[in-house]
Amino acid sequence: MVRLIDVYKAYDNGTKALKGVTMRIDDGEFVFLVGPSGSGKSTIIKLLTSEIRPTEGRLMVNGYNINTIRRGQIPHLRRTLGVIFQDFRLVEKKSVYENVAFAMRVVGASPKEIRLRVPYVLDLVGLSHKARRRPHELSGGEQQRVAIARALINNPRLIIADEPTGNLDPARSLEIMTILNKINSLGTTVVTVTHERELVNRFARRVIAIDGGRIISDRTGGYYSQ
Amino acid sequence: MRRYEVGYFFQEGVRGIFLHGFMSFAAVGVIAACLLIMGSVSLLAVNIDITIKEIQSQNEILVIIEESYSEAEANSVGTRISRIDNVADRVFVSKDAALEEFGRKLNNNFLLEGYEDEDMNPIRHRFVVQLRDVSQMRETIRELEDLTGVAAVNAEVGITDFILSIRSVVNAVSLSLIAMLLGVSVFIISNTVKLATFYRREEIGIMRIVGATNTFIRWPFVVEGFLLGLMGALLAFFVQWTVYNYMSVRVTGVIPIFSLAPFGDILIFVLPVFLLFGFVVGVLGSVLTIRRFLRV
Repeated sequence: MVRLIDVYKAYDNGTKALKGVTMRIDDGEFVFLVGPSGSGKSTIIKLLTSEIRPTEGRLMVNGYNINTIRRGQIPHLRRTLGVIFQDFRLVEKKSVYENVAFAMRVVGASPKEIRLRVPYVLDLVGLSHKARRRPHELSGGEQQRVAIARALINNPRLIIADEPTGNLDPARSLEIMTILNKINSLGTTVVTVTHERELVNRFARRVIAIDGGRIISDRTGGYYSQ
Repeated sequence: MRRYEVGYFFQEGVRGIFLHGFMSFAAVGVIAACLLIMGSVSLLAVNIDITIKEIQSQNEILVIIEESYSEAEANSVGTRISRIDNVADRVFVSKDAALEEFGRKLNNNFLLEGYEDEDMNPIRHRFVVQLRDVSQMRETIRELEDLTGVAAVNAEVGITDFILSIRSVVNAVSLSLIAMLLGVSVFIISNTVKLATFYRREEIGIMRIVGATNTFIRWPFVVEGFLLGLMGALLAFFVQWTVYNYMSVRVTGVIPIFSLAPFGDILIFVLPVFLLFGFVVGVLGSVLTIRRFLRV
């Protein structure tokens, strides 16, 4: 579960990115976070992954209090999250299999667990047949599916997708959103940051719109107007 | 730490070496080159020191006993000479033995004819004294001169001072060279590791976002640094060995007085020092450099 209570964030350069944001995302929800560039979406993602701390207000993510979290606890918080980026962020020198497996190694999984789990997740995103390929040998959509597999591998409670379709054509975008939708139907909470109005409206889910560091609308039913 | 984690860290460390082949090659080369230069300078200093000590050991003090002293009385002076702290050894030479040796040196015994009679022998009883620390020669000479029964003390103080000044110059030069090269090598290796880590910053970022602890991120780099240091040290050691053996034959041929210690005798000191240097530079370089990337 994610809870933001009257959260403010001001950066060192004086930019006030968030101005009193309050929201609650329950376990199992699928939420679109929408808004123009500079509205504060990325700041919310950075707060959720504990890359930054709020200037004011309270923030809880999967039982961790981000206001008071110790440095040593941050990796443990992140293990409850799966993060997907617009630019995929895959290790170019590792194969598809290794890119996914190494997220399991990080949490101390044994080689046997890795051998059992990685093929299963690659199958889930439809990439079993490309396990030995390197990221540069894949299309953008396939690379994003590898990133989804990596995000999923440790059974996170919350998936955060930051513009996951930003670099993809409409057909591949739909494919990625369908996979995220499927993951959500299996019980994982999904927060997707996007600009793509058509996709948002097509999936008819909860949409939180943010602008100028404030929430301007929060409604369910997939309506996103600019 | 579990066994498969140790295996993974080693696997990743080795992988890192091959993935960044040129960087690894540069790091090993720099470590080996610095070690070779430092090793050569240190070995040169050690050998000069050994040679100087040998020359010093041949630099003896002659203590002449009063003319009126019998052999028994002279020996009692010898006991007092031995009590002086800086005296390592003293050998008594009677006036007869000294005369005989003098004759041998002259190789012309007829010049000594008529001196065989003890009363006519112009040479006195004496002691050949060797010192523990030649740098304290002047003080020891004063102590010897103060002893009752000592008529004179002969020593080549000028030669000793010259030898000592050579030794201090060599030591100062080699120490400054070693310190300078150590600084240079740490700087170069730190930059090499920094470049390698910078090259992998995205990978580190991904590791962090999937929940890797700082320890987990650090270990493969530490292993990589350790292996690079080890390789550099071993390479330097074998090159040093070959060059040293080659040079020892050449140098001894050209300057017979300058005999190099056999490499087998100093190997036991050179290898651990090289390995320690490789370990410290490799591991410390990695750990210190990666700290920057873990603060994000």
